[in-house]
Amino acid sequence: MKHLLATDGLDPAVATAVLDTADELKHTLLGREVKKLPTLRGRTVVTLFYENSTRTRVSFEIAGKWMSADVINVSASSSSVNKGESLRDTALTLAAAGADCVIVRHPASGAAQRLAGWLAEPGTSVVNAGDGTHEHPTQALLDAATLRERLGSLKDRRIAIVGDVLHSRVARSNIHLLAALGAEVVLVAPPTLLPYGVESLPVTVSHDLDAELPAVDAVMMLRVQAERMHGGFFPSAREYSIAYGLSERRQKLLPDHAVVLHPGPMLRGMEIASAVADSPASAITEQVRNGVHVRMAVLYHLLASEGAAA
Amino acid sequence: MSSRPRGAAGSAGERELLSAGDVARTIARMAHQVIEKTANGAERTTPPVLLGIPSRGTPLAVRLADKIGEFSGVRPPAGALDVTLYRDDLRRRPPRALEQTQLPADGIDDRVVILVDDVLFSGRTIRAALDALRDHGRPRAVQLAVLVDRGHRELPIRADYVGKNVPTARTEGVSVLLAEIDGRDAVLLRPSEAAETPGEDS
Repeated sequence: MKHLLATDGLDPAVATAVLDTADELKHTLLGREVKKLPTLRGRTVVTLFYENSTRTRVSFEIAGKWMSADVINVSASSSSVNKGESLRDTALTLAAAGADCVIVRHPASGAAQRLAGWLAEPGTSVVNAGDGTHEHPTQALLDAATLRERLGSLKDRRIAIVGDVLHSRVARSNIHLLAALGAEVVLVAPPTLLPYGVESLPVTVSHDLDAELPAVDAVMMLRVQAERMHGGFFPSAREYSIAYGLSERRQKLLPDHAVVLHPGPMLRGMEIASAVADSPASAITEQVRNGVHVRMAVLYHLLASEGAAA
Repeated sequence: MSSRPRGAAGSAGERELLSAGDVARTIARMAHQVIEKTANGAERTTPPVLLGIPSRGTPLAVRLADKIGEFSGVRPPAGALDVTLYRDDLRRRPPRALEQTQLPADGIDDRVVILVDDVLFSGRTIRAALDALRDHGRPRAVQLAVLVDRGHRELPIRADYVGKNVPTARTEGVSVLLAEIDGRDAVLLRPSEAAETPGEDS
């Protein structure tokens, strides 16, 4: 693996290898005195974020540091990007300065893919940490890790992805990864928040949350991304919440073993009720914890080996 | 490193160094040596912790612990210590899958830790294991038990308990087969063709 740009087209064997590595890392770090592995000593990882982020950036930074890589954080607002430097020039500068891996978040879909093309010559690895409404592959991997932990295997499990699928790169990455790992995915959303071409995705679509809940093994709630909405996608926040929010009443419709996920940041009371988010069925803090191990595993597979075949 | 079957039976020029019976007797002898050296079973001594290095060190550690328990009445805990993340040859090879690490629940602080591996070769695996141990705690002492010592050390490392010393050429291959992984017990010497490079199964 040279880059991690998308889960669409990711070899299920590679995805499984990353998840297995993450499991072992989690296990080996549990209760240890020194939470640091020497594996990536001397490697330099740069996070290049053109959008706000807490959990993803911190998670990548901790992952890199626990693997002993040197991690440098660049955010667009405090860098030469502010002076008008292009993404390409910024990336080439980082590569020339010695970055072995650039982790990029960008508001434009496809930015990570372009970056990988520009950085092919210096040989720098690129990890997509979210590009526009396209993909966020490490989030999907950590969701899969969390589901595997709670449910055993993903084979033939039924996962509902609920809410603003249209603007969600998390949903897109999860759809491809979960399908590749053998799960059934059902999208539950108002017609206005489903992406164009949804019929070509490996999913079924529903508009009735109450009808779907009794048959699912997990439900993944998505944040309503007001910052990407220009126009009326639903009449009001209250109406959205009533139709598609995971309330306490709705949680009772779920089977006992069902897991509740949310990629964060959560809008409590909008897409998910506070009591549901804090209930034992919720794996939301585990998702964050697993995120570090999954990102360590990704960095390991990208950077540990110099002569690795793509 | 993986559970690939080693040295398929009957390949040309392969020589059996230890039979299944020899392997069992060797492990029994090593168990006696461990008991003698660590005074296992005696009053007021904490039993040592046996940590196998995956993949074949892990079942070896369990067998050794069973034998020590049988002979001394006190079975020391056996676990596994994966050293993949501490290896010095990671950059040169495609990414390896990680193996299990399993330490005793009460840790390894102030215990005698005995590392267990199948073949001692360059010593690089043991160096990685020593580094890994340091991140898990501070043992009172670390010892090393190997079923086969084939020479060609690249580091100042020696074993405390050796099943069999086998003088080899660097280009030859030594394979330890264990029933838990390979379906039968044996130690085989392969001629130069599929030579293992030092630092691999060392």
